[in-house]
Amino acid sequence: MKRTILKAVLLALTRVLQLSARRHPAFRDFMRKRNCVVQIRLKDGSLGRYYTFQNGKVKSQAGIHPKPDVAMVIKDVPLALKFLANPNPDQREVVLAAKTFKVVIEGRDELVVWFLQLMNRIKTAGLEFGTPMRDGTIRYTTTTNGGPLYVFVRDGRIVRTTLIDLTSDDAPSWTIYARGRSFTPYRRATVSPHALSLKSMVYSDKRLLYPMKRVDFDPNGARNPQNRGISGYERISWDEALDIVATEIIRQKRVHGPGAMALYQSSHHQWGNIGYYLSAMLRFGNLLGFTRVHPNPDSWEGWYWGAAHHFGNTMRVGLPGGYGLVEDCLQECEMIVFWASDPESTAGVYGGGEGTQRRLWAKQLGIEFVHIDPHLNPTAQLLGGRWIPIRPGTDAAMAAAIMYVWAEEGLYDKEYVRTRTTGFDEWRDYLLGATDGVQKTPEWQESETGVPAHVVRALARQWGKKKTYLSAGGAGLGCGGACRSATGAQWARSMILMMAMQGWGKPGVNMGNLQCFTPLDFSFYFPGYADGGISGELVWTASSVNNYIQMPHVLTMNPVKQMIPRQRFPEAIIEGKCEGYLWDGTSVEAQFAPFNYPMQGFSPVHMLYRYGGSSFGTIANSSRFIEAYRHPSMECVVNQSIWFEGEAQFADIILPACTLLERWDIGEWANCSGYVHDSSGQLNHRMILMQHKCIEPLGESKSDYQIFLEILQRLGLGALYSEGCSELDWCKRVFDSSELPSRISWKAFLKKGYYVVPAPSPETRQSPYMRWFAEDRQKDAPEPLPMPSQYAEQFGKGLQTPSGKIEFVSKTIERSDASNPERPALNRYIPAWEGLSTKDLIDRYPLQMVSAHPRFSFHTFSDGKNSVINGVADHRVRVGDRDYWVMRLNPVDAAARSISHHDLVRVFNDRGAVICVADLSQTVPSGVVKIFESSAEFNPLMTDQGMVDLGGCVNILTPSRPQVQGTEASAPNSCLVEIERWKRSAALHSTSKSTLESVP
Amino acid sequence: MEAQRSLAQHKQVHARKRAITFIQGIAMKKWNMVIDVALCENFNNCALVTKDEHIGNDFPGYAAPQPSQGHDWIRIERRVRGRVPMVDTAYLPTMCNHCDAAPCIAAAKDGAIYQRTDGIVIIDPQKARGRKDLVDACPYGAIWWNEELQLPQKWIFDAQLLDKGWAMPRCVQACPTGAMRSFLIEDETMQEMVRRDELETLGPELKALPRVYYRNLYRYTKCFIGGSVIANRGGAVDCLEGARVRLLQGSKQIAETKTDFFGDFKFDRLETSSGTYSIEISHPEFSLARLDAVLGEQSNYLGEIRLDQPVSPKAP
Repeated sequence: MKRTILKAVLLALTRVLQLSARRHPAFRDFMRKRNCVVQIRLKDGSLGRYYTFQNGKVKSQAGIHPKPDVAMVIKDVPLALKFLANPNPDQREVVLAAKTFKVVIEGRDELVVWFLQLMNRIKTAGLEFGTPMRDGTIRYTTTTNGGPLYVFVRDGRIVRTTLIDLTSDDAPSWTIYARGRSFTPYRRATVSPHALSLKSMVYSDKRLLYPMKRVDFDPNGARNPQNRGISGYERISWDEALDIVATEIIRQKRVHGPGAMALYQSSHHQWGNIGYYLSAMLRFGNLLGFTRVHPNPDSWEGWYWGAAHHFGNTMRVGLPGGYGLVEDCLQECEMIVFWASDPESTAGVYGGGEGTQRRLWAKQLGIEFVHIDPHLNPTAQLLGGRWIPIRPGTDAAMAAAIMYVWAEEGLYDKEYVRTRTTGFDEWRDYLLGATDGVQKTPEWQESETGVPAHVVRALARQWGKKKTYLSAGGAGLGCGGACRSATGAQWARSMILMMAMQGWGKPGVNMGNLQCFTPLDFSFYFPGYADGGISGELVWTASSVNNYIQMPHVLTMNPVKQMIPRQRFPEAIIEGKCEGYLWDGTSVEAQFAPFNYPMQGFSPVHMLYRYGGSSFGTIANSSRFIEAYRHPSMECVVNQSIWFEGEAQFADIILPACTLLERWDIGEWANCSGYVHDSSGQLNHRMILMQHKCIEPLGESKSDYQIFLEILQRLGLGALYSEGCSELDWCKRVFDSSELPSRISWKAFLKKGYYVVPAPSPETRQSPYMRWFAEDRQKDAPEPLPMPSQYAEQFGKGLQTPSGKIEFVSKTIERSDASNPERPALNRYIPAWEGLSTKDLIDRYPLQMVSAHPRFSFHTFSDGKNSVINGVADHRVRVGDRDYWVMRLNPVDAAARSISHHDLVRVFNDRGAVICVADLSQTVPSGVVKIFESSAEFNPLMTDQGMVDLGGCVNILTPSRPQVQGTEASAPNSCLVEIERWKRSAALHSTSKSTLESVP
Repeated sequence: MEAQRSLAQHKQVHARKRAITFIQGIAMKKWNMVIDVALCENFNNCALVTKDEHIGNDFPGYAAPQPSQGHDWIRIERRVRGRVPMVDTAYLPTMCNHCDAAPCIAAAKDGAIYQRTDGIVIIDPQKARGRKDLVDACPYGAIWWNEELQLPQKWIFDAQLLDKGWAMPRCVQACPTGAMRSFLIEDETMQEMVRRDELETLGPELKALPRVYYRNLYRYTKCFIGGSVIANRGGAVDCLEGARVRLLQGSKQIAETKTDFFGDFKFDRLETSSGTYSIEISHPEFSLARLDAVLGEQSNYLGEIRLDQPVSPKAP
């Protein structure tokens, strides 16, 4: 009987294919792509049917074909029925059948993938996407680093992108009652400026529209690595490009062995669970084996390498969580001290404009604001309050002086310190001078920080008397420019110690700036990008926590254990070796042990597969990369990029990828997951979005997934990579893996494009973060940290530190790094190794440069590319025919150098020179200059004063020395420079002839 | 029968009257924009969505495509007041003011620029071709010249969207602080709001009668005098909280305030170039301090002002 049913099912499949082709042109086109014979049969050969595809037509015949192109061989009849008779088979069983070889598919890889994708298309062919509008456009949805958008498309072209206003169909918003008033957020997804530049980026004239090869790169002859960044490109076909890349990958393995290829990505590509680097790219890399270029936590630095040693939370990279804090702050807090904290620029992270309204509520409630920052940053500009301009890199001295006042005048929570902390007596002795004979008075700090003693004393007293929130970094819970200097770890450590003295966790005493966390439902599961998407990577993503279980897929693994620390990449190539320290949030201890490149047994790197190209704008002392790129040991450089920018000009082969509007993806706004657990707590509403493929890829560009797939197909790995799925099929699998199906159907979700997760009832909101700790209760924050073994005594009681308490003197440093003079267990103030105390340098380079995370771009994303962001005067200013990066300086410093507003200036030190446009104002004090990091443009020009970059990559000027020896902590904000008016006549010639225009 | 007809006629007439009133009601309602300068943080979403809307898009009858470079139909001006550390900034979004007595309409003469009944001013993308002179006709500099199309262009209040039922122009929707609000209301209602919220327009002396209004415009147009008061208390110099500070011009008191916990005080909304003021600072524990402050083009932060111990302390 079952055999009869199976026969009927196999017969019916023919009809289903024929009907789908008749009804759906896209299906018909896809079916027409291949002519072949596909056999489906039982393993014993007793039953089967084969399907002949010819010019978009299909017919079938019962029986066994002597030589099919593709054969799907199934173990037995029940299994065959389970998969073939059921349109939605259990994905767990499908993956199990594949992994245990119950179902085997034989044949040429690209035909296998085509057939499996064709079978999946039966299910997706009739689906409707987006909402047709009255004006003839179709309204799609997407989400970006800066928030979600509607995308209106007419005739295959994007007309506009707009914010999404929620409707009465969407879940209601939360309301917070505070001080006799009620606060409910806008029914709108507010977005960052860079989100609204997306259309201009899609249609940028800097788009790479076809594959290219450097003209003097001959894979079979002279490769001329010395000409990278100099010679131009020629257009080649996709087949040629992919053949070169696939052949080179094989050659590297054969000639040099595993590890010869490094795969190196930029951190924040675009958004989504499929096309993200932690998803599609990692799966690609794992199937090939690659030397990992391991990132340092460059936005967190001082917190991971410093603060974590006093309170733990390594799984948040040394940052606290923030559940319940928006409500607590509005109800209880009297003053917010912003310290290196500019949420109006960085939007927390990915938070659009969501926190802004809440900070304006705080202003309405009369909460006082203080801003400690070398720059009167946009947050200070909007909110007002006292600006305390501090000299960069001296923050820890001011923190010590504040704590001195507290200790001296008894303005701290003595009971809390006695019961919830350890080591305070030793710390107090240091503050009061018993340890080293130096009292850390406000007067003591004045010569370091430039902040008058009476200002520090006034702040300390007010802080000691009032219920205060300390806002460190954009999200308020850590990060911040002060953690990225030579004293970054000292500062971050100080912040934790200050909180400990003020009774961290008590009502109104906490960290934050109303960016985190709103009262949302964090129990609803939807994966964030760090959950690893389709990667199957269980070590370097958070996939194993939920995603790997929720979305059954075939795991992958990188068998190459060799790694290069990202900050040391140039040395690894040029010197052939380097040492680094690990970013691994699973313990406090992991960071102490060095790792070395090369690793015994693995090949040094001879091929670089570069995904994106942001190094010049984002890595310290980045002109090092030029020599690395031109090093003779680097035999091949591939760059997969959307735009011709940054490092793309140093590649041998350029593979043009498309933007997220030209491919399918699915994602939740601002949900990072992993080390940034429950980051959607920055938002007013949790929004999960279908990232529609709004238009076809421009030119010959392809999605990242498709490029990876087509390379892997040349190695027979396409079926394993894709599991027979298109990107849309993977979106469905992510959808199914989440809790969405219990709330909205796949069909409705595809059409509408988003779902708003309802806020919990007021009774079930999370209590404020650290309240459990202040009250010595069982932890009630819904975060999976510390790990069970990391509690000092009872599970759920206390912190990750050895004592379970906040430690004024760090036990983990004392145990594992006691002899490190740059990171003592007792957090002494040690002046920066590049700063005001380095007399030899400051005489030549008297200006301290702060390069902050940018406001209008997301790192390099949306900068350059002739995006409309280039027209924002606070981002770039056009002089002549070029948009220059903006350097802010005080009029006094400008006058001393005969610099006028919007003059071009040469910013330089021993490491290099960058041309910027001067912006004169009193928002920076004399002696400090402020600029963004992350220029996407790198446009080197040779002058009689050496090379200058016209693009604005100021990381050319920043030091690559780690903050503290024995760490990988970068310190770009300890950077001394000089500035002069730029005489353009000094320019001799461009080092680069490679322009898009030169390509036929 | 007659009565029935009469009733029917009556009903018809009544319905027509109601319709007319309704149409007039709509016709009476006009678009206005209100921008709160104190809430503008230079986020630029307003400028960016306008470019998103117009670059590469042609709206026949409304606007031809905006060039990708060189046009800022919404443009944000910056003013920085004071000096370190007492500094504040103000951002002023500027755009076509949709004036009721628009000089550009007068200059166009032939209807190349016209004001719709809902108050929105449109440059006809056909009729205005070649009229570079219209760029200079706007005293606010809000008209831009499209060299390629030989066309004057400017922000059109997103009329192309409002006519399709959109509730507000895109710049209003995109602003994260709510600094921009648009109102479709009768002029009388608008004028009530102008009085109530102390709204102003740019260049009122031009008598162009803009429909774009500003709140807290003083942040951009006026000046402040500020200072930080310190004093030696118990052997250490400290910020002096609670000192009484009076602002006088001649013998006339203009304003009075108290220093905050940083000892700071600030008198705002003072006219630029309004001359010499005197500041009088008093505190029960210290001698009175008096100093002059001159206001020129810029605000005046007086820096630290130190109060001394009285020469002969008063009896308690």
